[in-house]
Amino acid sequence: MADSSTLSAVRSRSDGELAVIYAGDYLNKLSGERIERECRRQLEAGCRALIINFRETELVNSIGVSILLGVISVAEKTGARLIFSDVNRQTVQLFEMLGLTRHVALAKDEAEALSTLTQFASASRATGH
Amino acid sequence: MEKEAPFQKLLHTFAALADLGQEIADTTDFQERMRSALHLVQGSLGIMHAALAEFDPEDEFLRFVAVHPAGTDTPADIALKLQELSGLVSLGICALTRDDETPAVRQFVAAHRNLLDTLSVDLIVPLVVRENLVGLILLGRKATGESFSAEDREIICAMARHIGVGVQEHRLFVELSRRAEENRQLYDEMRIIYRDTVRAFAAAIDCKDKYTQGHSERVGKYSEIIAREMGWSDDEVEGIAVAGYLHDIGKLVVERDIINAPYRIDAKQSSELNRHPAAGYEILSPINHPYADIPLTARYHHERIDGRGYPEGLTGDQIPLVAKIVSLADSFDAMTTDRPYKKRRAMEEVVEDFRRNTGKQFAPEVVASFCRALLKEVNGETTNRRIIRLLGKDYIERERVAPLLQALIEDLESGAYSAAAGNA
Repeated sequence: MADSSTLSAVRSRSDGELAVIYAGDYLNKLSGERIERECRRQLEAGCRALIINFRETELVNSIGVSILLGVISVAEKTGARLIFSDVNRQTVQLFEMLGLTRHVALAKDEAEALSTLTQFASASRATGH
Repeated sequence: MEKEAPFQKLLHTFAALADLGQEIADTTDFQERMRSALHLVQGSLGIMHAALAEFDPEDEFLRFVAVHPAGTDTPADIALKLQELSGLVSLGICALTRDDETPAVRQFVAAHRNLLDTLSVDLIVPLVVRENLVGLILLGRKATGESFSAEDREIICAMARHIGVGVQEHRLFVELSRRAEENRQLYDEMRIIYRDTVRAFAAAIDCKDKYTQGHSERVGKYSEIIAREMGWSDDEVEGIAVAGYLHDIGKLVVERDIINAPYRIDAKQSSELNRHPAAGYEILSPINHPYADIPLTARYHHERIDGRGYPEGLTGDQIPLVAKIVSLADSFDAMTTDRPYKKRRAMEEVVEDFRRNTGKQFAPEVVASFCRALLKEVNGETTNRRIIRLLGKDYIERERVAPLLQALIEDLESGAYSAAAGNA
């Protein structure tokens, strides 16, 4: 059912201190936990910037929201940058309503997210952080 | 089409409530269910941190079963003072901020301030079901930075009621499982007591006959071995052992002189002795045995499948299988133990007796099972040599007995004796 397809849909790629995690079509408990584990694994491996790409995500349920809040907390605690990209309009509304957008930047697509992170990295280097 | 925010919020909350109903009714493990339930509360309103504790009424501790976000250290159990407990119960299900002026909240916050700080708790939600504290939910701030509205608290309370029922159900389930386990242990102990009592009773029956001491116990054991070989369940095997122990209980009403006569008894004495199966049935019938057919075994263990037995002259399938088994075990023990008027027979003669009387006195399937069990022991195919132990290790000469048993088994399995039994 949705479970196995969701499991297979969550994947990631990393490049140096950056990792991109691709959420599945339905962000529920199973896929949410998979995303959470992947984020933790990347952060523990030294990743300093995370992009969660919602390109394929049509729906996020309450458990999915809660798990994303957990990912935000962990990223804040470790000082890593977190950006959500390719979020559909309905999900943007949900994230705004529930306050996730106060803690995480949204990018139109992955390229914009990467550009934001590059600018941030340059600014950090310039200020010596 | 873009939905208006209040409408979308309502839809999101309804979906969370529906999911919560499913989660609570789920049969997955309790901790996992509680983690999901807590996620749903958080996700419905966008709450950053949360923890859920189950209340253990035995030691009056709150024990954390879910703490979010994942990776947060699980806090130690909270010991509740009696006053704190009654205070939380008095609140019922509600969502109160930690600076609420209610005495119960002030008392709880004062006692557990460090914990509440560590978990960044803003809201305290006691889970009270039927005036019993079953747990507690602690909620952190909202991701929006706004404080909890009255509507938010209503939603939280609605979800907390579901979760409270889930915790209560789990508690009842644990309690029922514990009681079921206690009952099972009690039942096992009672079965042991019952069996020991029956064995003691069998010994008492055998005491009446100075020449056949241990007979009832041996018949019980042989019957058990045959039943096991026939593939009976543990319960059934235990039942037939008891039937074997008690098969001669009717001898208690037969005069001791007749039982102990050191010579062949006359017809009148024989008639007196032959009363014992019916007497045994009369003794055993009023007792509510945990196993079936025990009185019937006592009544019919001297029946023969050719109809020449007593007390009723039943034939073939009219005789219960338990009685057929005990009958063979009884005869086998009679042939393999010394009697007042004759020495026990050699095993080869016993096998020959089986061959001669199968289909007449004995049921073929019972003889076949007994021979198979005995042959396994004789050939050393089993380490549990119970028959040989009962007979004495030098009684059977393997080279002579094994081929006889093997041949009899083959003849029995060929079906020749079954046809004879059918004609009986």
